[in-house]
Amino acid sequence: MPTVTMTVNGMERSGTVEGRTLLVEFLRENLGLTGTHVGCDTSQCGACVVHVNGTSVKSCTCLAVQADGADVTTIEGLANGAELHPMQEAFREHHGLQCGFCTPGMVMSAVDLANRNPDPSEHEVREWLEGNLCRCTGYHNIVKAVRAGAQAMGGGS
Amino acid sequence: MNDFTYHAPTTLNEALAALGAEGAKVIAGGHSLLPVMKLNLAAPTDLVSLAGVPGLADIADGGDSVTVGAMCTHAQVAGSAIVQARIPALTAMADGIGDAQVRNAGTIGGSVAHNDPAADYPAACVALGATIVTDRREIHSDDFFQGMFMTPLEDDEVITAVRFPVPSRASYAKFANPASKYAIAGVMVAQGPAGVRVAVTGASGDGVFRVGEMEAALGESFSAEAVAGIAVSSDGMLSDTAAGAQYRAHLVAVMAKRAVAACG
Repeated sequence: MPTVTMTVNGMERSGTVEGRTLLVEFLRENLGLTGTHVGCDTSQCGACVVHVNGTSVKSCTCLAVQADGADVTTIEGLANGAELHPMQEAFREHHGLQCGFCTPGMVMSAVDLANRNPDPSEHEVREWLEGNLCRCTGYHNIVKAVRAGAQAMGGGS
Repeated sequence: MNDFTYHAPTTLNEALAALGAEGAKVIAGGHSLLPVMKLNLAAPTDLVSLAGVPGLADIADGGDSVTVGAMCTHAQVAGSAIVQARIPALTAMADGIGDAQVRNAGTIGGSVAHNDPAADYPAACVALGATIVTDRREIHSDDFFQGMFMTPLEDDEVITAVRFPVPSRASYAKFANPASKYAIAGVMVAQGPAGVRVAVTGASGDGVFRVGEMEAALGESFSAEAVAGIAVSSDGMLSDTAAGAQYRAHLVAVMAKRAVAACG
């Protein structure tokens, strides 16, 4: 069975996996990082979004072996101790979540957008979030949160 | 998903050697292959990743053509200054595939090799008259897309690039499935050295097809009015929860008209 080694939230982590082990399974089951959720498992809902080498991807549609050697950031890697990441803080401030299931993927997707575009318009946020489904909020407050979070990030992650 | 042996070659020759195993398959971005493997519609014994093979993700301006490396992601194509300058219709098409995360991982080579009947790239390739470049030969898109999930690729053949002739004008209009963003009907219209070509994806069970009647009409007069009266038969059109066959046939005509109008 293959061994994979990757930097996860700044720490080098290794594990033995099967070829077919998905990145999201490796994160949740091998590393215990259950903040990354599995919603649809068909690359549509976006609950599993993480960053691989700085880019947001759906970790349900990526093999762990494909991320061997990569730099991976999950929702657990955003906060600085007890201090929330500006995007997390913006979601709290603007009530950008209800049940919270989609939130880790929303936040990781939003941080990728903010890294590319520090002041996205409402339209740009809505287009970017096409791959993140929320069944509670109606998106309105999520969009507000993402715009505020991006501005709070001030062009830096 | 059945288990398999994963190979991460660092040269094309190593990749080709690994593909010699019975039941081996190439994996690029995995956004077509992994979903079908999850459904056990594909169960390769060996997966050979091209991610570590250098030189497969370049975009080059060849003057009268643009060559896109097979491992270029949709996001790369959508963000390419070369593609934007030479074939803006291709930029717009790539930017409309799936969603941001799908575009960050899915590749042109993977999409073309898979030949999903609802994928966008087959329409772009056929309308623009693209050539599929592999490790051993060049295949014109007219000969490449042979029906749903069917291509002439050998089991151990690797697409290395897709070469698009630069059109004088082109545009893509898509009526997308609201959940997946796959085309329910997507029409690429292009006018180039080979004349006017109209290629349709998403609508037919046989995958991408050309509409000769529209091409002839646009050859006479390149205007939205020229295609407005041309109806497309619903014979052979897909019918599913997203759209019935007749509705798809109607959408083909509407998308064609929009694409022509957008050509300017």
